[in-house]
Amino acid sequence: MQLMNEGTVARVVGWEKGEGECDWTPALFESVQEMDGFVYGDYAGANLSKYCVKMNKAEGKTLVVLKPCDTLSFRQLIHEHRLNRDNFYLIGAGCKGMKDESGLLLKCKTCKGKDFEIFDEIIDDEESKQPTAIMDRMEGVTALENETAQERFDFWRNELSRCIRCNACRNVCPACTCEKCVFDNPASSVASKAPVTDFEENVFHIIRAFHVAGRCTDCGECSRVCPQHIPLHLLNRKFIKDMNELYGEYQAGVGEEERTPMTTYTKTDAEPSIVRERGNA
Amino acid sequence: MTYQFPKANAEAIVKGISRAVYAPVEKDGLTSFERYEAGMNLALDTIPTDKSMKDVFFPQWENLMHFRVEGKTIELTEEERCHQDFVIFGARACDIQAVKVLDKVFLADPVDSYYASRREHCTLVALACDKPEDSCFCKNFGADPASPDADVTLYPVGDDYYVQTNTEKGEALVKEWNLDKAEEGPVEWLKGEIGKKYEELPFAHLNLKGFDGEHLKEKFDSPKWKKLSMACLGCGSCTFACPTCQCYDIRDYDTGNGVQRYRCWDSCMYSDFTLMAAGTPRPHQLERYRQRFMHKLVYFPANNDGMYSCVGCGRCIKKCPMHLHIVKVIKALGEEESK
Amino acid sequence: MMKEPLVPMIGIVTDVRVDTPDVKTFRVNAPGGGKCFEHMPGQCAMLSIPGVGEAMFSITSSPTNEEYQEFSIKKCGCLTSWLHQMEPGQMVTIRGPYGNPFPVETELKGQDLIFIAGGIGLAPLRSVINYVRAHRENYGKVDIVYGSRSKDDLVDYPEIENEWCKEAGINVHLTIDRPQEGWDGHVGFVPNYVTELGFDPQGKVLVCGPPIMIKFVLQALDGLGFDRTQVFTTMELRMKCGIGKCGRCNIGNKYVCKDGPVFRFDKLGELPDEY
Repeated sequence: MQLMNEGTVARVVGWEKGEGECDWTPALFESVQEMDGFVYGDYAGANLSKYCVKMNKAEGKTLVVLKPCDTLSFRQLIHEHRLNRDNFYLIGAGCKGMKDESGLLLKCKTCKGKDFEIFDEIIDDEESKQPTAIMDRMEGVTALENETAQERFDFWRNELSRCIRCNACRNVCPACTCEKCVFDNPASSVASKAPVTDFEENVFHIIRAFHVAGRCTDCGECSRVCPQHIPLHLLNRKFIKDMNELYGEYQAGVGEEERTPMTTYTKTDAEPSIVRERGNA
Repeated sequence: MTYQFPKANAEAIVKGISRAVYAPVEKDGLTSFERYEAGMNLALDTIPTDKSMKDVFFPQWENLMHFRVEGKTIELTEEERCHQDFVIFGARACDIQAVKVLDKVFLADPVDSYYASRREHCTLVALACDKPEDSCFCKNFGADPASPDADVTLYPVGDDYYVQTNTEKGEALVKEWNLDKAEEGPVEWLKGEIGKKYEELPFAHLNLKGFDGEHLKEKFDSPKWKKLSMACLGCGSCTFACPTCQCYDIRDYDTGNGVQRYRCWDSCMYSDFTLMAAGTPRPHQLERYRQRFMHKLVYFPANNDGMYSCVGCGRCIKKCPMHLHIVKVIKALGEEESK
Repeated sequence: MMKEPLVPMIGIVTDVRVDTPDVKTFRVNAPGGGKCFEHMPGQCAMLSIPGVGEAMFSITSSPTNEEYQEFSIKKCGCLTSWLHQMEPGQMVTIRGPYGNPFPVETELKGQDLIFIAGGIGLAPLRSVINYVRAHRENYGKVDIVYGSRSKDDLVDYPEIENEWCKEAGINVHLTIDRPQEGWDGHVGFVPNYVTELGFDPQGKVLVCGPPIMIKFVLQALDGLGFDRTQVFTTMELRMKCGIGKCGRCNIGNKYVCKDGPVFRFDKLGELPDEY
């Protein structure tokens, strides 16, 4: 895959091969010569949509390579007015499921499909149209739902206890584009680098999950980048599952701008008592 | 002296040590050096552990002192320093080299007594690396995976550990284990094997020419930092995993009945690291990313007779969610030199 | 320096002087009286209010003051706002002294000295000025160029007016940014004033003030023919430990807390431009 519309685009955001087999890195290419290092293939797992926010104000068009699931994030960022469609040239790149050193990525095991939501050009082949999913996306959520409230509480307390508050999940998240994050306020006690109370880490992730609810496309980057292997995507998927069940099927990033379940009020909306009914407490 | 015991006895030996033992243990798929307690899952074969043993000497957070504040008066109580002997069991050559780097910082005048007291009370039991990973490149930075510099060294050969004592402290510890004496042959054989295996690693020999104080500004001003740092999330995983990253923050915490002043790890990758009321000299991730690698490869050797503050443990290679790591930096910036 | 570098002493604020709308000067004594420790001009100390924070401040008073130490502090952040609420009798924690002083006993000795300061930047230089006044025989002619936004922002104006201005061998040149009623002195920015004053490029120059002022003062000094080896400044970056270990105040391989805060400009020029 080699395409550089010199003149049409001023730069390319893609991937660069690493030193080993699978340590590919998102990279910025600013000249034709640099494009020698460009790669696309099995280890292009990162979602490049978030980097586009940085490029949005750059002069000239930016060419970005997006996998099917990444196009959801990109579309969602346009809905949120974080990106201007005209500033980008989008290559939809076919995806056979991305890998890392330990095999198929978690997010690809529950692949949401191979449709490109937004693109200028698509480069793919028959093989990359074949489904990748090998398990039900909501399997993990359902398993947790079937546990008791105490078991779920213990599960999350244990998982979140490993959090080192590095903010990788937030920094990679295409739904987290606040110019200044509320958790970055040094005057507040929540910016602490040591868990004065372990409750803090718990709160951080729960607030973040609430904040991206209805906007999260389930791109899975939060869990992929977590150095402490916390299954953060399960929090987001629980919201997605609940929203689907309560307000009808919805996928963030699909379709033209519309009113989303979280920003639309209807008389049939769930009442707060639903929490107790569904909580399995 | 050389001794020998079956690998299967390792857990019993760790349990039998009369002092506190810190050893690599596995929990939820992550390995770290923890105070060993019965029932923990020893991970003596892991190279390298997810978290290094720097925690033992320089904990991720530790109390420094306590203040009682009443009206206009302040009363200060210092936290007790470490005063009991302990053992680290299963240290690797890279992590031991990392402690030498940490010594340069914490034991330089004025000595950090919190760190120094832990160093004094430690007996180090090392493990030779019979199965180095592809991400290992420690020999570039002065560590030898075949002969880690410790009080006691364990050499895994077949189903046994061969034990060599290198210091009196080490000899005293091993005496407690009541081991059978052994021949040195298998140890020498393993050393040779490790040497051969290391040579086959992809990053066995890196070109470090030009990474010194002489080329400080040239490296700093390199246009390549922009591209190198572009994908960085600023998460600081590399700094937390790194056995030599020792930047710290000092903070106060209101306990409700006084103020606890504690020290915790900090990261030059964070935007608030150098933030002052008047702004920050490193406003972008580029500057922060550059700081980290310049410190390891240029600033530190410039201040410490050429000693690098990278030890080639490869944790940044394994940990960075965007696969940015020091080998990429060395190769990218080192190439300039040869042109 | 103290044996336990991170463990502070207790100090008592014995006097609080309001200098300008946002600068107060705090006098600090050891609990039993006298100074907490000895220092040299240009050195700093870590002051803290437990529970609020700890930060590095330059010691404003001269070491020749044998009774107490003073800190002129501008209210600009969280800790300094708290410090500004202090009343006499309040305890603080203090540790130091940190960093290298101005070379008053070596390079500066026997030299004509020009002090150039803007706003709160006078604080570290005041220590040197009063040290030089106390050892007048060791130094040549002294010129002090000091500017601030307005007359009300000149820190400790009474001392400048009543002592410095009246002392033989010291020329004080004050300036304020904009004309103000009741001010018949010079009006204009410090760098321009330095050019106007047209100093001979001799002796040594000590500069401290906002970064932008320092930048243009340097240009003005270049214009007058001064060499960078003649010019000294004192730096400020975020610090936590004060002893070159916490890793955040470095410029290249130099730590401001340990290798600075006083730098000669030719040496500073050899370091990366990241401050």
